[in-house]
Amino acid sequence: MTAEAAAAIEGRQYELVYILPPDTTEQQAAELHEQIAAVVARMHGAIEKSENWGRKKLAYDIGRHKEGVYVLDVINGSGELMKEIDRRLRVMEQVVRHMIVRVDEEKKVVDRTRTRRQTASERRRVKRGLPPQRQPGEGRSFERDDLDDDRFDGVEV
Amino acid sequence: MAAGQRRSGPRGKNDKKATDKTQGQRRTLFRRRKVCKFCADKIDDINYKDVKLIGPFVPERGKILPRRISGTCAMHQRKLQTAIKRARQIALVPYVTD
Repeated sequence: MTAEAAAAIEGRQYELVYILPPDTTEQQAAELHEQIAAVVARMHGAIEKSENWGRKKLAYDIGRHKEGVYVLDVINGSGELMKEIDRRLRVMEQVVRHMIVRVDEEKKVVDRTRTRRQTASERRRVKRGLPPQRQPGEGRSFERDDLDDDRFDGVEV
Repeated sequence: MAAGQRRSGPRGKNDKKATDKTQGQRRTLFRRRKVCKFCADKIDDINYKDVKLIGPFVPERGKILPRRISGTCAMHQRKLQTAIKRARQIALVPYVTD
């Protein structure tokens, strides 16, 4: 593998979301997390962030479950690593459902558009002789905007 | 259904004449152009985890709200679509409900 390709894989970021049964204890969840962390460490990855969303109602029943404990892990690592995690989670019975999504590319695009928008607006404001950042109390107030908004009028939900 | 009356259907022309005769001023209603929510609010990231954002685009039945009704632009509808499909996989949004 060339150094370039290795660097490209280095930059990959994945999000792993998995659902545990609602009756799992803190300890069980921690154990499972430990297992995932071990796999990640073994295959030279890194867990960047780990979130527990707690118990949530499922939008539809999965098996016999109506509720689940959601856990989100943001993992930096290779595709091989994610494949391994996917395989392991598939086998594990205490995981109701899991999903892995690659996020680094989308994140990059979002960041780029955001900074582009920011710099463009700053440039425009400076051209008009205003300070680059929006000042408090400037522009139209929020309430009026909301009243004017009839974008979703007639939408049947 | 209030929306149905405002929407100009395929038989709009003849209807219009009839209502013009009978009701006179009724037809002065104009429809405002729909705006893409994500363009208007400058939301760059349509994320599958954000159920609050996606929710309004998944009506009761569980289907994805079409562009012609929501007014979302093509690019954002595409992003919304992948977000909804991902959210469905992890049971944040339903596939179908009846």
